[in-house]
Amino acid sequence: MEVTLQNLTKIFPSKNKKDPTEVVAVNDFTFTIPDGKLIGLLGPSGCGKSTTLYMLSGLQKPTSGRIFFGKDDVTELTPENRGVGLVFQNYALYPHMTVKQNILFPLQNLKGEDKLEKEEMLKRAYETAKLVQIDELMERKPSELSGGQQQRVAIARALVKMPRVLLLDEPLSNLDARLRLQTREEIKRIQRETKITTIFVTHDQEEAMSISDLIVVMKLGVIQQIDKPQAVYDNPVNLFVAKFLGTPPINVFNGKVLNNELYIGEEKVLKVENVADQEVIVGIRPEGFILDKNGPLSCNLSNVEVMGRDVSIVSTNPNSQNPIIRSIIDADNEIDHESEKVRFSLKPNKVFIFSKETEKRLF
Amino acid sequence: MKIDENITMHQQDMQKVSVRQKVVKILVQVALYAFLILMAIIVLFPFYWMINSSLKTLDEYRLSVPTFWPHVVMWENYVNAFNTANLGRLFFNTMYVGIVSTILSLVITVLSAFAFARLEFKGKNILFAGLLATMMIPGELFTITNYGTVSAWGWLDSYRVLIVPFLVSVFYIYLLRQNFLQIPNELYLAAKVDGTSDLKYLWKVMIPLALPTLISITILKMMGAWNSYVWPNLVTRKEKYRLITNGLRNAFTETTGDVNYPQQMAAVALVSIPLFLVFIFLRKYIMKGVSRSGIKG
Repeated sequence: MEVTLQNLTKIFPSKNKKDPTEVVAVNDFTFTIPDGKLIGLLGPSGCGKSTTLYMLSGLQKPTSGRIFFGKDDVTELTPENRGVGLVFQNYALYPHMTVKQNILFPLQNLKGEDKLEKEEMLKRAYETAKLVQIDELMERKPSELSGGQQQRVAIARALVKMPRVLLLDEPLSNLDARLRLQTREEIKRIQRETKITTIFVTHDQEEAMSISDLIVVMKLGVIQQIDKPQAVYDNPVNLFVAKFLGTPPINVFNGKVLNNELYIGEEKVLKVENVADQEVIVGIRPEGFILDKNGPLSCNLSNVEVMGRDVSIVSTNPNSQNPIIRSIIDADNEIDHESEKVRFSLKPNKVFIFSKETEKRLF
Repeated sequence: MKIDENITMHQQDMQKVSVRQKVVKILVQVALYAFLILMAIIVLFPFYWMINSSLKTLDEYRLSVPTFWPHVVMWENYVNAFNTANLGRLFFNTMYVGIVSTILSLVITVLSAFAFARLEFKGKNILFAGLLATMMIPGELFTITNYGTVSAWGWLDSYRVLIVPFLVSVFYIYLLRQNFLQIPNELYLAAKVDGTSDLKYLWKVMIPLALPTLISITILKMMGAWNSYVWPNLVTRKEKYRLITNGLRNAFTETTGDVNYPQQMAAVALVSIPLFLVFIFLRKYIMKGVSRSGIKG
């Protein structure tokens, strides 16, 4: 099911009478989610990603704008008539029902022509349980399950009525690190097998990058960039996106462009094209540094962290916006741990130049 | 060899310590149970005395030195008590009033608690605060105005006068609302996405989750109906509508003005049986309800 958001806006009126500023949680979203894809809504807390999800589910009404599932305008439909499955951050399983009853619940609520025979319901419940691999736990209560198992039950409950769209709200945030890796693969597998258009919300960029077909990066209710994960990483449209994606995070310097040359401090570090002379912000990915005795960028070496496959060099530079610069280089390079200075040359495709005023990408 | 000896000595030490611990533990247990038994005797003595008295003849009952076991066991007292006091009718009336008022009261309590806990409407908080404020007024103060109202409506001597005035209990609404509020909001949202209406959500999710509280309310309400005295005494004159407590009060006064206490005791014992059974089988829920109301009420 293709999902289209058209000028979708959500404004929360101020609750405080003395301070009537409204909160624009979602500001004029327009984008189309292609059929059968897994989409990650990514952003820091308060960026409107959960609100977007709730509007897609029908639990919140948009202030303006429309939502389409395929050709159907579903904006006015209540959640029960919208045919979506929603997995909550805390799973929201019914604690007094067994796993089986939890999964059956959405089916028992179907009305009219969708109404199912009892056997058909059971058959579908067991099929779905098999899909998420909890068919052995059907008689347990949610309190007798681990977090990962509860998560699967929640997904099964959302999937069992074959929703047009599956929505996941921070699906991995309550799991421990190991289970998180495993579960995100699992979500990807389930999504591939069912081919249901899936939208999930996360603030964890690694999570979003690893499983999404498309990432929507959001900030303060405004969409920043929509693209494939690698494309967003390689070509951030602005400083926010560049900073938000990538671990370790991007290194940010104050710099300037003069006569098609990029300067950091007084050092001429890179040739650039089509950028007018101005003060700029320079972002360099950790992997964009090359250790080079004659390199243009000099930094004060403070520490070298050996990680086996590669080496992380921690250094400082007066023009860096962060207290430290972290660069990752191949472990084959020989580094003099005792020296005070370290010099780098830069990989041009890992260097981004942003306008100092608008923070938009210039190069 | 040396090491072995050391080990055995160590083991002996350990054994001594553990023996001492055991003795202390047993002593503490003995003291604890002695105390509990003493308290139980104090609590149970009135019940024993009730049954003891109910089996005596009137003459034996009047002995200046009370006997701890009846010389002649008078089972007839129970039969006489049942007939003299017309206990069958009284039981029926009390059960009828108790069951009907409990059911209606539960419906009202559940629906209003749901509204206050879950629905959004204008003036919700003010209305709720107003309801809570009525709890400040002692119940006795209502009696006179309520009496005025029901007699003006011509409701005296009827079942409805025994049922209707006490259907709404702000305390139960409050109790249940607090319970409902503890149910996470996500469950409601999940149920919405799963396709339920508000009422169905209430029935399928909230009521099962709040069941212990509802059972507590049912028990408390039933016991309240069973034990109510002042109001039924005030609004019913005809035998037909008498409840058990009032019936017992006057049934055993003989023409001479004497009261046949053994028979009255037998009647009281009969009347206590249902409450006793309720307590035995449902004490878990009673304790829960009471302790809960202790925290929040």
